[in-house]
Amino acid sequence: MFKTILSRLGQGVIVVFFLLSITFVLVRLMPGDPLTDEKALPEHVIQKNREYYKLDQPTVVQYFHYLGNVAQGDLGPAMSKAGRDVFEIIRYSFPASLALGVSGILISIVVGIPAGIISALRKNSYIDYGTMVLAMFGISIPSFVIGPLLASSIASNVPFLKVAGWGDPLDWVLPSVTLGLATAAYIARITRGGMLEVLNQDYIRTARAKGVSQLNIILKHAMRGGIIPAIAYIGPAFAALISGSFIVETIFQIPGLGQHFINGALARDYNLIQGVVILFGILIVIANLAADIALALLNPRLRKA
Amino acid sequence: MRPLLQILLTSLTLVLLSSCEGDRTVDKATQEKILLIGNSDEPADLDPQVVTGVIESNIITALFEGLCVQHPEKDGIHLPGVAEKWQASDDFKSWTFYLRKDAKWSDGSPLTTADFLFAYERILSPEFAAKYSEMLYFITNAEAFNKGDLIDFSKVGVEALDPHTLKFELKAPTPFLPDLTKHYTWFPVPKHTVLKYGAIDEKHTAWTDPGKLVSNGAFQLKSWRYNQFIEVERNPHYWDTDQVKLSAIHFLPIKNPYTEARMFFDGQLHVTYSLAPEMVKYSKENYAQNLRQEPYFTSSFLRCNVLSDKVSDPNTRKALAYSINRQSLIDNILQGGQIAAHALVPPIGEYQSPQMVEFDLAKAKEHLKKAGYGPSNPLRLRLLATDKDSTKRLCEAMQAMWKQTLGVEVSIEQFEWKTYLDKVHNSDYDLCIGGWVADYPDVSTFLDMWVKGGGNNRTNWYNEEYEALLKVGAQSSNPSQRIRTLEKAEEQLLKDMPIIPLYWASTNYLIDTSVKGWHPLLLNNHPYKFVDLENH
Repeated sequence: MFKTILSRLGQGVIVVFFLLSITFVLVRLMPGDPLTDEKALPEHVIQKNREYYKLDQPTVVQYFHYLGNVAQGDLGPAMSKAGRDVFEIIRYSFPASLALGVSGILISIVVGIPAGIISALRKNSYIDYGTMVLAMFGISIPSFVIGPLLASSIASNVPFLKVAGWGDPLDWVLPSVTLGLATAAYIARITRGGMLEVLNQDYIRTARAKGVSQLNIILKHAMRGGIIPAIAYIGPAFAALISGSFIVETIFQIPGLGQHFINGALARDYNLIQGVVILFGILIVIANLAADIALALLNPRLRKA
Repeated sequence: MRPLLQILLTSLTLVLLSSCEGDRTVDKATQEKILLIGNSDEPADLDPQVVTGVIESNIITALFEGLCVQHPEKDGIHLPGVAEKWQASDDFKSWTFYLRKDAKWSDGSPLTTADFLFAYERILSPEFAAKYSEMLYFITNAEAFNKGDLIDFSKVGVEALDPHTLKFELKAPTPFLPDLTKHYTWFPVPKHTVLKYGAIDEKHTAWTDPGKLVSNGAFQLKSWRYNQFIEVERNPHYWDTDQVKLSAIHFLPIKNPYTEARMFFDGQLHVTYSLAPEMVKYSKENYAQNLRQEPYFTSSFLRCNVLSDKVSDPNTRKALAYSINRQSLIDNILQGGQIAAHALVPPIGEYQSPQMVEFDLAKAKEHLKKAGYGPSNPLRLRLLATDKDSTKRLCEAMQAMWKQTLGVEVSIEQFEWKTYLDKVHNSDYDLCIGGWVADYPDVSTFLDMWVKGGGNNRTNWYNEEYEALLKVGAQSSNPSQRIRTLEKAEEQLLKDMPIIPLYWASTNYLIDTSVKGWHPLLLNNHPYKFVDLENH
């Protein structure tokens, strides 16, 4: 097990390295550069600013210079937010994304897994159809529709909720629900599938024949195997949620990380894009590793692998 | 377990109850005299000599003050700022500003001409490479120093006659210099603080951080919660602090205009940064007392790439210009109180823009025929645009107008901002959507750009006669004569029509009725020291 974790971590470093390298090349293939501006700048000003960001050097030199800096924990200066380091921007933005992501994933688990289990237990009943139709709605309706709807219909009418802003924990409610609902819908469908497969197994039938209560069958026997597909999904989904959501952040005015993916790309802020991609890569690696460990704990066969 | 549950439930109830108390956010803020403003985005910096945008300007004008101050209601009226009085020579080439002796920085240290000299040397320093250094090129030798052709700053036309007397020598008559001094590039910076955190030509040092930033305006920086808000509070050392009514201003970087409007309707903002065109109708119907639609010194137009075969003939450009029904675009697409443009320069002072563009289908068809296009040889061209929804609708409407009236086939090419700019820079277009927001309230900000090799020209058009008129205008020390010459220059420009004027823009925003002293201004640069908040 320990060896597997070490091996996965090693693979993770390689994944992040390639991710960084590919991103480094791709962002430079986009038309324009960080200094492309609506207002024309004098040539000498452009030149000096290119020197400041090392953009005057050959791409290969820039690449190795950047790699060297990253190895020392320096993600470089943000090119669109002069005077701020990318690391500083991530440091300011990540806590909000983490809080939002954690509450979003908790909502999706609390809603999604029970919904999936109930659906599986009441297969082909109105409860099953109803739950799955709701799940399809959750998957199909984008957050940029759900978010404003929640803000307009709920926050405008409930005194202690605000339509947008990020001051106190109550401000987390609607964005977390918006973020969590879509994931909950996926988790419900995946859990339903996993549970249906397990509930048809012989050992469940044996347990029932032995007179084990329905609750015990679900909690002790079926769930353990039934939620394995959901856990495999929750790992990367969690990484995606805590690395921020551009849409939910802009709808609810949250100072999170997600907006920097889009704004960094639009502003050709090479350092910012690379910085958030590295972070996202690391989060994905860690979340996948955590999911693997959780799966190993649930499935003894995986522990021996 | 049970006590824990009780504690949790009690805490939750208390939180909910405490949140239920009181009024809307703006009502509480109004009582505390805190102005809550939407400001679109996080500023790139708070260093007046580094930034280039409106977002930054909105905050910097609260923190810093120039030699003159904007009048709260009237454009063109200059109030004393750091300078208590000033005088110009007869030819407007030599200006002397007398600084008030009680001017101080927010840390209590005196503000003198040394700070101004330091600021101008810093922004013009070649190593500092300020993006907006051109704003000071009006000063003699400023351009040469900025480009590194002149090493000795003492030869630049700004001089401290004593700690409170500042003299400018300008390279041409500049009757609008007081307007320029209201622009943040002309503001002083605290020499003692800037040098504490870095060298004169060092950018992005820590001097603008909260707790370190020293300013001379009506407000000082209190806190900066990244991507949440910037809070400025009243500066006790400001020379005119008795005039300042607000205790603080919160600038909120709300990028999404729909979120911003929702926040306003929910009582979280006093003033929005903008209003999406789609929200104008709803606001007119439901928030008429809050909706403001005011003239903005901005011109929107189409650039024509005169090197493109499609629009190299002025007749083609005129055909396209005469066949646009601008009022229809404004009424049906833009809906924001814009004015149909009959020329490039929006109305200002005594300047009379020539009546060169109108909706006239007969003329349009005549010019298209002259250009050699017709049913047997239809004109096909590309229209480059940004990816904004409102721009898309505007382009589609013009596309339909050209198709229906002239049979011209236009393909719209939409790109995100930087790709769009890259294509404009590389002249990879036939027609493209463009516009210009004035830096200062003078005609020259719109006309000076269309010269040969001008960085902002980007149409590849130039005309010697036009440039000669600009030069005559620039050297004229008689303001009326100067205006008449510039009118002729614009006429010359529009005879060739390298740009097709569309409309003169307006600002659309929402403002709470508790905000007082906030009046329409051409540059939308409201001096916060005159703003007040009063409960309904």
